[in-house]
Amino acid sequence: MTGPVFDVAVIGAGPAGANAAIAAAAQGLRVALLDEQDYAGGQVWRAKSAAILEAPPTVEGRAGDVLRARLAASGVTHLAQARVWDIARRGGAQWQLHVLRAGRSDAIAARALILATGAREFVQPVPGWTLPGVIGLAGATALMKHEQMPPGQRTVVCGTGPLVFYVASEIRRLGGQVAAVVTPNRRADWLAALPQLMRRPALAARGAFWLSELALARVPVLWGHAVSQVTGSAQIDGVGVRALDADWAPQGKQRQITADSLCMGYGLAPQCEAAQMLGVPLRHDAALGGWLPEGTADGATAVDALYLCGDGSGVRGADAAAAQGTLTGLRAAADLGRAAPALQRGALGRFNRAARFGTAMTALSAPRGGLVQLTTDTSVVCRCEGVTRAAIEVELSCGAGSSNAVKSGLRAGMGPCGGKFCQAAIGGLIAAHRGVDESAIAPPTARPPLRPVPVSAAAGSFSYDDLPIPKPAPL
Amino acid sequence: MIRLRADHSKRIRRAPLVTFSFDGEQIAGHAGESLLAALMRAGHLRLRNAPNSAGPRGGFCCMGLCQECVVRINGQTVEACRTAVGAGLEVVRV
Repeated sequence: MTGPVFDVAVIGAGPAGANAAIAAAAQGLRVALLDEQDYAGGQVWRAKSAAILEAPPTVEGRAGDVLRARLAASGVTHLAQARVWDIARRGGAQWQLHVLRAGRSDAIAARALILATGAREFVQPVPGWTLPGVIGLAGATALMKHEQMPPGQRTVVCGTGPLVFYVASEIRRLGGQVAAVVTPNRRADWLAALPQLMRRPALAARGAFWLSELALARVPVLWGHAVSQVTGSAQIDGVGVRALDADWAPQGKQRQITADSLCMGYGLAPQCEAAQMLGVPLRHDAALGGWLPEGTADGATAVDALYLCGDGSGVRGADAAAAQGTLTGLRAAADLGRAAPALQRGALGRFNRAARFGTAMTALSAPRGGLVQLTTDTSVVCRCEGVTRAAIEVELSCGAGSSNAVKSGLRAGMGPCGGKFCQAAIGGLIAAHRGVDESAIAPPTARPPLRPVPVSAAAGSFSYDDLPIPKPAPL
Repeated sequence: MIRLRADHSKRIRRAPLVTFSFDGEQIAGHAGESLLAALMRAGHLRLRNAPNSAGPRGGFCCMGLCQECVVRINGQTVEACRTAVGAGLEVVRV
């Protein structure tokens, strides 16, 4: 199980991780950058698939191309299609990563570890949301950036913050039809964010363009609404939508919209399992996406030689992630004895400016308390294990008061996705049941594997004769 | 109708079509795109049934996290959203 030893290993090749890797390599360090996808860029600057020979350029595509060119010239060892499924501290001085590539697991060692694991999206479960044809809102951006195709012929786009308008606009650009844009936000929420928006005129202009374009195309925009049901048997054939009150609790009658696809998401949340598993304390901040591992602006944590950057340490958006990646790569290099702190100053200013805007957008996208009422008793909450809200409520009534208790009682969060798409919703249900704020309900204990791994690959190669057999216990 | 945002779908050039099989059915996909994209275009939104509730499932997160789009190739369970289309690929439902 021995492999190459790097000075720095970076997990995640989005704006944060790739910039961290580039900054550390520029200080003369040997850097490995590990990422699950084929190309660097993360989800926000995701590259087109190999099948796209030619396509009109986009803002995100250009930003990603610049990053990928810098990475190619950096001397960083980029391991694509690499899935890190376990991390351990070996002998006190080195991190050991267990990495699944092409069906085989190998070990990679590094003196310092930077986690740039990005964000995942939160989707409030509603009846029928497991039907084929329903995809995440962030998932839709990944699909469209990678494949340059819309998610269906006639799509309802539902969600919070700027992402819902971006997705609607991209669907139309790629030849799809938008049946309706449904957003829990009201115009007043956007007006309140205006001061922050005006600090980033280029981004504000893009938002205004999306809205004007949808208005001109007569796409209905349902402010203060959410999808409350998905209908269909083998796949989606429509959605029901309801108006929401100020706390986003559904009220009034449901109205139907015919659609063959739905993109739905209510904000992003930091992917904190790896940091959590390695002992970084978590805290809750709704304006940064919920539960997040604690780190400094330049990525340092309470754990020696472990650093965090980007949306995985608080959702502040791509520009802040890129700046924080640079800061973190330089900090790791300085801690490894390569003097560099003076270089940090410019990146710190960029990070702070971008973070103010990003935090305002995250706050705008964050789900409010009433949204949990969209999850009816029959709604499947844990998709992997098919656990409904009714089953969870029974468990809660029997005294399960924590995420760990619900997980061990019902297996909710123990399926193939590892709780990535139900944990936050379950936390919300526990909070609602106990009448406390979500910040009082910590996520469950993080355990390996961080990602699904075949048992054959996890076991590696060994001979049964080499297995130590413990002495039988005395009778 | 006046459009602020042009329809770019006709300006996208894709790799040649190749054929792969999905549960025995011949499907055309562009070489190098994801299986998920090719199957969606062919109208196959349902990729598997959930083990407990047996409800139909298909691609959901589109980034390799949710495991809803898994299919089987050569006995290995893989995510359709992270697996590229290649000529002659034999894909079956799990």
